[in-house]
Order: sequence, then C-alpha cells, then structure tokens
Amino acid sequence: MTAKYVGQPVKRNEDPRLLTGQALFVDDVHLPDMLHAAFLRSDYAHARILSIDTTAAKEMPGVVAVYTAEDLGDFWQPSPMIVQPPPTLEDIVFNPRPQIPLAKDMVRHIGDPVAVVIAESRYIAEDAAEQIWVDYEPLEVVTDIEKALEPDSPLVYEDLGTNLASHVRQEKGNYAAAAKKADLIIKRRMVIDRGAAAAMENRGIVVDWDAKTQHMTMWNTTQAPIPIRNGLAATLGLSEHQVRVIAPFVGGGFGPKIMLLQPEEVLLPWAAMRLCRPIKWIEDRRENFLGTTQERGQIHAVEAAFSKDGKILGLKDIFLHDTGAYNPYGLTIPLNTQTHSMGVYDVPNFYTEFKVVFTNKMIVTPVRGAGRPQGIFLVERMMDLAAKELGIDPVEIRRRNLIPADAFPVHHSIIGQDFIEAIYDSGNFQPLVEKARLLIGYDKFVTEEQPKLRAAGKHIGIGLAPFVESTGVGPYEGARITVESSGKVNLVTGVGTQGQSHFTSFAQIAAEQLGVAVQDVEVTTGDTDQFHWGTGTFASRGAVVAGNAIFAAAKRVRAKILAKASEVLDAPEEELELKDGAIRIADIPEKSISLGELAMLANPLRGAVEPGTEPGLEATEYFGPKYGTTASGVAAMIVEVDPDTMLIDIKKFVIAHDCGTVINPMVVDGQIHGGVSMGIGHSFYEQLIYDENGQLLNASFMDYLVPRSTDMPPSIEIAHQETKSPLNPMGSKGVGEAGAIPIPAVLAQALENALNIDGLELLEMPLSPGRLFELAQAAKNRD
Amino acid sequence: MKPAPFEYHAPATVEQALELLATHGYDAKILAGGQSLIPTMNFRLAQPAILIDMNNIPALRYIEPTPAGGVRIGAMTRYQTAERSPLIAERAPLVAEALPHIAHPQIRTRGTMGGAIAHADPAAELPAVCVALGARFKLRRGTQERWIAAEDFFVGLFTTLLEPDELLLEIELPPLPARSAWAFTEVARRHGDYALVGVAAGITLDDAGNCADVRLSFLSVGDRAVLAHNAIAALKGHPPTAETIAHAAAIAAADDIAPNADIHASVDYRRHLAKTLAQRALTQAAERASAG
Ligand SMILES: Cc1cc2nc3c(=O)[nH]c(=O)nc-3n(C[C@H](O)[C@H](O)[C@H](O)COP(=O)(O)OP(=O)(O)OC[C@H]3O[C@@H](n4cnc5c(N)ncnc54)[C@H](O)[C@@H]3O)c2cc1C
Repeated sequence: MTAKYVGQPVKRNEDPRLLTGQALFVDDVHLPDMLHAAFLRSDYAHARILSIDTTAAKEMPGVVAVYTAEDLGDFWQPSPMIVQPPPTLEDIVFNPRPQIPLAKDMVRHIGDPVAVVIAESRYIAEDAAEQIWVDYEPLEVVTDIEKALEPDSPLVYEDLGTNLASHVRQEKGNYAAAAKKADLIIKRRMVIDRGAAAAMENRGIVVDWDAKTQHMTMWNTTQAPIPIRNGLAATLGLSEHQVRVIAPFVGGGFGPKIMLLQPEEVLLPWAAMRLCRPIKWIEDRRENFLGTTQERGQIHAVEAAFSKDGKILGLKDIFLHDTGAYNPYGLTIPLNTQTHSMGVYDVPNFYTEFKVVFTNKMIVTPVRGAGRPQGIFLVERMMDLAAKELGIDPVEIRRRNLIPADAFPVHHSIIGQDFIEAIYDSGNFQPLVEKARLLIGYDKFVTEEQPKLRAAGKHIGIGLAPFVESTGVGPYEGARITVESSGKVNLVTGVGTQGQSHFTSFAQIAAEQLGVAVQDVEVTTGDTDQFHWGTGTFASRGAVVAGNAIFAAAKRVRAKILAKASEVLDAPEEELELKDGAIRIADIPEKSISLGELAMLANPLRGAVEPGTEPGLEATEYFGPKYGTTASGVAAMIVEVDPDTMLIDIKKFVIAHDCGTVINPMVVDGQIHGGVSMGIGHSFYEQLIYDENGQLLNASFMDYLVPRSTDMPPSIEIAHQETKSPLNPMGSKGVGEAGAIPIPAVLAQALENALNIDGLELLEMPLSPGRLFELAQAAKNRD
Repeated sequence: MKPAPFEYHAPATVEQALELLATHGYDAKILAGGQSLIPTMNFRLAQPAILIDMNNIPALRYIEPTPAGGVRIGAMTRYQTAERSPLIAERAPLVAEALPHIAHPQIRTRGTMGGAIAHADPAAELPAVCVALGARFKLRRGTQERWIAAEDFFVGLFTTLLEPDELLLEIELPPLPARSAWAFTEVARRHGDYALVGVAAGITLDDAGNCADVRLSFLSVGDRAVLAHNAIAALKGHPPTAETIAHAAAIAAADDIAPNADIHASVDYRRHLAKTLAQRALTQAAERASAG
C-alpha cells in the first residue's frame, strides 16, 4: 500500500526556511538601481482638490519623479470592478464606483492617495511627500451609515444624488405569513463596527521593467497574482506573457490582499516603465491603517418568529452595510451575511434586505469572515433571546432547531457570493453540538460550578454557538505535477500563499498518490511564470479547489507512472506498487525502478516513441466545484468578568469543527487558532474608530489593539468531525475563516451570562471594557 | 514612518551634552531610551533638527543608596536595571511593583527612568509613583543645578519645569517611614498597554493603627500625575477600614481628578475605575502596613 499522508499531522515543509530567515518576502527583494516610492495620502475625509503644487518636492535632491492624477494623462482610468453583482439577482440597485489610481478632483476618505513620490530612498521620498502642497476645499463628511441615507446628507458622489450604493431584497418562503402564526416575535437592533485585517506583513510591491527584454517582473504581497498579471498587462498594453507576478512568502492576507489593481499596483509599474528603473514600495503600518481596505460596519434590524416550544418559524433582517468610499468588491460581504444568517438552523422562512451605503471612510472589502460573523451573530443572538423569553436552555433551543443530518443538500433560495443559490452541501450538526457541549463541560458548569462560583461572588459565564462557513467556492484552480529525473516531484499551482501551509498540505495530497515522501514534493505557488490559470486565495478555497486540482493531477501522473512502469517492468499495472519513490512489483521487491529513472525513460533524448505520446511524467488538471462547500462548527467558552473593571478572562475555549476530509489536522488546528485570535480581537479589542470628520483615531498598534498571547484563552481544544463534501473527490471543505466566525456570537452570549444583569443585552460588536461598563450602567439605570 | 532629517550628536559626558544643549537649545532633543521620542519622530509629530544621544554617558547610569536611607537613580538607568535592583526592591518597593506594568520587556530594556520623567506622559507609571513617594529631581543647565519636587515638576500634558537647555540628571527617592506600606495597581486594555487608570497608594500607620500619613496618586486621569489631596485628607487620622477607604476612594474619584474621555474610556468609566482601583490599592497598602 501507498503511504497514507492525508489526515496526518505532517510537519511543515516550509518551516525550516521560515524559521531560519531563508524565506523570501517582498521586502527582501533588492535590485540594483532600485528606487523607492512614498504616497501622499489625503488628510481629509472629503475635500475638493483645488490645486497641487509639486515644485518644491521635485526640486529636492534624490527625488526622481512626482506624479499626480494629472500627470497620468490617459493612463488615469478607474480600475475594473473586482466583483460584479451576481447577474442572477433580480431587481437590484447597484451603483459601481471602482477604485481610481490617484484622486483627481476629489478625495473621498482619509488615506485616499493623492500623489506618489519616487526617490533614491524611502527617507527622501517621505521628506518630499511632505513638501507637496495640496490646496483642499474641505467638504461636509458623512461617516454614519444611517445618516448617510437621510435626504440632507452630504454626498460621497454628487453625481449619484444618493449615498445608496446598492439595494438587494431576497426571500426564502414567506416570513410575513410565518410571523402571523408565531407565539413569540423578537425584534432587535444590532450593530457591528469595523476592524482591520492587521496582517503581520503590510502590503508591498517591487516592480522591475526590463526594457531590453520588454519584460516586467512584479513581486507583490497579493493573494491573487494571476488576475493581477492579466489586469496589469491589459492596463499597460502589454501581452500577458510580458508580465510576471510573483507572490512570494506573504505574512498574512486575511482578505485585503485579494484586492487588485489597487492604486499602488497600477502606478508603480507605469512609473517603472517610464523611469526604466526598478521601484520598491513597502507599506508601513500607519499607511496600512489608512490605505488598506477594512471590514465589518453593519446595522441590522432583526426580527425572529418563534413557536412557544422554541422552534424558529422565520427570520427577517433588514440591514445597512458600509462600503466606504468605493465599492470595487461588489456585494460579496452583504451576500455572505445573508447566506449565513440562518446558521445551522432549519429556518423555513427568511426575508433579508440590505442597503449598501457609501461613506467617507476606507473601502470595505472582505476581512477573514467576510460578512459571515455578522450573519451568525444575529441568528445566534436571536436564539439566546428566544431561549430567555421561552425559558428554554440555550443549548436545548439550538438543538431543537438544527438542520437534521438527512436534510442535505439544503437549498436556501437566496443567491450567495458565488452568484448561485446558497446550498449547504452536507453537514451533521447534532453530534457537533454534543461534542462541543461535552468538551466545555456544559452541564456540569451550569448545574454545579456556576452556582457555586456565583455564590462566591464570581461573575463567570458560558456560551455555545454553532456556525457555518461557506468555503471552497469556484470558479476553478489548476495544478501541474511533474516527476523530475531526480525522483523529486514538482507541484505548481496558481494560488498564492499567505501562511496557510500550502507547501505541506498540497505536498501531502500529491505524495500520497505518488508514493514519495512529503518532503520530496516541492510546491510552488503564486508565480505566474510557473502557472498562469487560476484566481487566487480567498473564501477558504485553497485546500478545496486547488487541493482537488492537485488530487486530480496527481492521479493522472500516477496513472502515467503505472502505465510506463508496466511497460518497463513488463508487469500488469495491478501488480505494481508505488512506494518510497520507486515502483515495484508487489511480490518481487528486487524488480523495481525508481521514479527518477522512470521519469528519464519517459523523456527520451533519442529514438522513436509511439505517435501521440506525451513526454515525461507530468499532468495538469483543473478543478471547479458546482458550488461552494459548507463547513461547520460549534464554539463554546467560559469567561470571567471583573464587574468593577469589566476586564475579561477567557477561562476555557473549545471548538468542534467539521471541514470534511482533514488533510493535515495540525494545519487545520493552526487555521482555527489564528481565526479564534482574530475573532477575539474583533470582538473585544480591535475597533477602527472614526470621528465625525472621518479621521481614523487609532491608526497605530499603540491604539488599535490586536490581542496578544496574554489575551488568549489558556488553550483551544479542538475536536474534528469529518462529514465529507459530495462536491469534490477529496471530500474536503475549507477552514480559513472558521475560527473568526462564531466568536462575536459566543462571546456576547458568555459575557451576558457572566454579568447576569437584568435587561443587559449585548447586541453589538466589538465590545470593550468601557463599552461593557456603559451598557451595564444603562441596564441598571433602566431597572 | 521615517523621521525627517536631523543632525546627530553622541556626547560622552554630561558637560558635553549640556554644551550642545546650550548651543542648540530649542532645536535640539535629548535622546534617552528613544521609546517615546523615536515613534513620535517616525510619525513626524516631532522633527527635531538636532538629536543629542545620551546613551554614551555611563555616568548617568547608577542606582545608589542615599545616606538618609533613600535611593538615587541616574537618569539614564534603564527600567530593566531598576526592575532587577535589590536596592530598589528593598527601599522603594512601590517602584519595583509598578515597573513591570510599564510596556513590555523589550521596551524596558531600552526605556530609561529619566526619560519617563522628562517625557511626563500623564498615562505613565513612573511620574505617578514619584509623586506618591515624594521624590525629587535633579536638573542641570550649564553649571547650574536645581532640585524640584515631583509634584511641582509635572505641569501639564507632556510638560515639565525642564527648560529646553536643561538636563534631568537624577531621581532621588526619600527613605520610607516606619510602618508604611505601598501598593500599585492599574487597568490596561492589554497587559503592557498604557493604563486606562492607575493608582499608587501608601499608608503609614501610627501606634493606634490610624493612618498617620496617606499617599495616593493617579495616572491617566488628567493632564499629569495627580496627588489626591482631598482623599488623603479624608483618610488621614482614621483607621484604614473598608468604610474609610471606600469613602476616601469616592472622594478621590469625585474631587481629586479631572479625567478626560478618549477612545478607550469615557469620563464616567475612568472615575469608576479610579474609585475601584483606589479602593483596591489603599486596602492592599493598609493590609501590608498592618502585617509589616
Ligand atoms: C509599545 C510601547 C508601550 C509603552 N507603554 C508604556 C507604559 O505602559 N507606561 C509608560 O510609562 N511608558 C510606556 N511606554 C513609553 C516608555 O516607557 C518610554 O520609554 C518612556 O516614556 C520614555 O523613556 P525613554 O528613555 O525611552 O525616553 P525617550 O523616548 O528617549 O525620550 C522621551 C522624552 O524625554 C526627553 N528626555 C529623555 N531623557 C531626558 C533627560 N535626561 N533630560 C531631559 N530630557 C530628557 C526626550 O528629549 C524626549 O522628549 C511605552 C512605549 C512603547 C513603545
């Protein structure tokens, strides 16, 4: 038998390089004669640009060029929209306002790029940027999404006559009819504010135009190298093969790095071609806060209808979604919110409507979770409120509403981010809930421990929240696998890597099929000269979509190996075994040939072959799923609050998770750990705070609080369940965003339970000690 | 986030540093540990034309006993050195207790005791601790030296009595009275962050068990480190019971401080924290004093 790698906690292939500083990040690229760029970004959230004077800046020694929108001439074009609204959505409003390379007459958010300086060093570039004089006429600013829709609101786009970017209504069943039959109707307002992706590595670009070969190379921290190559070629009037985009090791993506043809990405190649010198731009942290997209920012009016035995009859949600000053990413986030608002529950009737709103704030695009945490938050909070109203245990009310295991696939008749109806392909929620309940020790805590702790004056509570995660969406990815004459395997795929352990998980899939060690599969990701079909790393799709392309390619290479070996060893294929880098006849171990030798035989230098023979042991395959897979999980926590300071301490955290076939449990755990810490951040520490002038008040890690190890629970206990997806041969589902999704819901529930104050409802995210204090005071004063 | 151009000097003696200051005065900035100055320069909020780096002046790095039973600390002493000093642990336990709350180990290996005082951040621990302890500071300008009491030294947000051409040379902590004990506590969003509110408390008991003296100071509740005179007066002469302490803490929160709201805390929340923390710190100091 071939060695079994899928499902094993194989150590990471990439770690030796990463841990010894041998991994290439964009900032490690140093080219001879390289110039450095700095951007001048708007200090105003909304202003007309009356004039820009770059004379002083241009005169500074070491400054090579300064460009404003005017200097770009015809090159100044709005970027194409990254995501269009689904053509399948009917009767919608959608006003596209894509990103532009440099602000021309108007700046629309703090950080909107106004000019770029190219100089001999970043120091000089920054000095010169300070010497650019922009004459602004400040305009009225709109930051509040509710006020933005009032008739007298300042307008982000005067030509539109409204701040409404989009309006979408969808319905499953008939909520109004269901509500008529309900014993209990709950209505609440819920607010979810913004957070940052805060990747460890900021964005960065090095671009090199070689005039002699007419070839451009760009190193970019992107999650989508191939679309960037194609977009750049089109924008610059080059052939796609004249442009190579390399996404080397990238220190975290989390969504904003999927953005493409961003101002920096279009301007620097254009400048490099004019100046015929390489240019580097490395975003610094302050710039990242002001120049990189963000997420969350929704206000919901939620209504749920329940029967008295706790069965949810229907859900209605009308929400506003903040898109910031532009909307290049279409409707992905609010659609995700819609398709996740039913969570793991059998919700027969669901009316959902949203308005997307332009504001004078940074653009909103997906950040890990991408609309999903919001949907889960609202449905889970509704479950808690109903449980309280109806006197049902919070876990019990959830159990009563779970989608049963035999109901899959579940059709929701709501169009999702991948343009087609949201369908849960598979799942088994009941045992997941039980696993989490047992791991957290729910029953014992509620019946024995909590009463004792409360009697001792402790404020300690429990929460348990299930969730779904739509993952593994299309359209497709591909992979090419080659057995080299050394016997090592080369695996190339188009997706980029930002820390997801692709070099290991992908290698495991191939190694298992080819009978080689995982370490002998060398994986290349994110280099368009190596592979130029594909879309990118987002929506927890790498392992599912690229993974299954790899699986298919590996199977085909395996078939080629067997066919060739059968010929060479003169034995039927069924008797052959692939093991330890060799092919042998099962019963006669001496009669074998190494993979390397076989690869050489498959690529002869002289002699004749059968016409139609393909050289080498190589195959390229693609995989595109019919629709996305649905992963699921149940998170539970015990949290203690100091009711005087409102500081919190997460005592215990567990999660039961189901992403179908687990390729590498250690890697899956790592994804969950990261997601959980991000979820904790976005629930209690991280909040981007804009004032009424649209100024971001905490654009540094001093004031924007990313949780530290000391803010994490002492451990994260994880239980895996494997409900295979029927949508792909491996049966896998994604996990990249899982950890972040349930945290707002589970933390709110646990904190409410811990504080145990009459009338205290936590219906907003993120919270903070100060906000908890205010909410608790308000609840006490209401009594 | 690159600083604007500046000229750099690294004098080897206090005298050379003072000479440079005399020449450049307003245009110059002293560089101590750089943990506050460098970030402000990188944000281009400060753009000093001249930087005078004090890190090559070993004469400013010392922790020594004073004959009276106190401690003298050279301005360029790193937090980390002070944190590990047995002399400080023995003679200034309040300082030892407060130091680990300052930022993170990495920052404490660079940041200096003098830098914290000269910087006068109202959210910093050390100024409040010095005010509670009744420390005094030695300043020098040219050949002129002067001593200023901690409570007088801090005059506003990042503002002290230091003249632009004057150096802070030493922090002197007085000896502790017999039967006195101290406590420090704070609330920060994350460990190592600047505190939302912090409190330093000291109680000296007389033979009858009443508070012969009380010291109570706050950080992060206004534009400078605040000594809570009203609360001190309320508790002095009384036994430190739960009631008297709660009463004093309430007075401190209501009358002694004028907190501001910021993105992390409202005025009400700060007052509430001030009361809670004052109560906790005074209680702990009282317990330690009666035990000790
Ligand atoms: C992430 C982070 C977290 C932090 N958290 C905290 C915290 O929780 N609590 C806290 O108190 N601090 C905190 N700090 C600040 C840190 O304590 C600083 O080190 C300290 O405030 C200044 O000391 P320094 O030696 O670094 O001074 P520098 O930054 O070098 O100088 C600060 C100022 O004092 C002046 N100065 C310095 N020495 C003298 C002198 N001898 N005479 C005259 N003027 C002088 C300088 O010119 C400058 O204006 C934090 C810093 C960072 C980066």
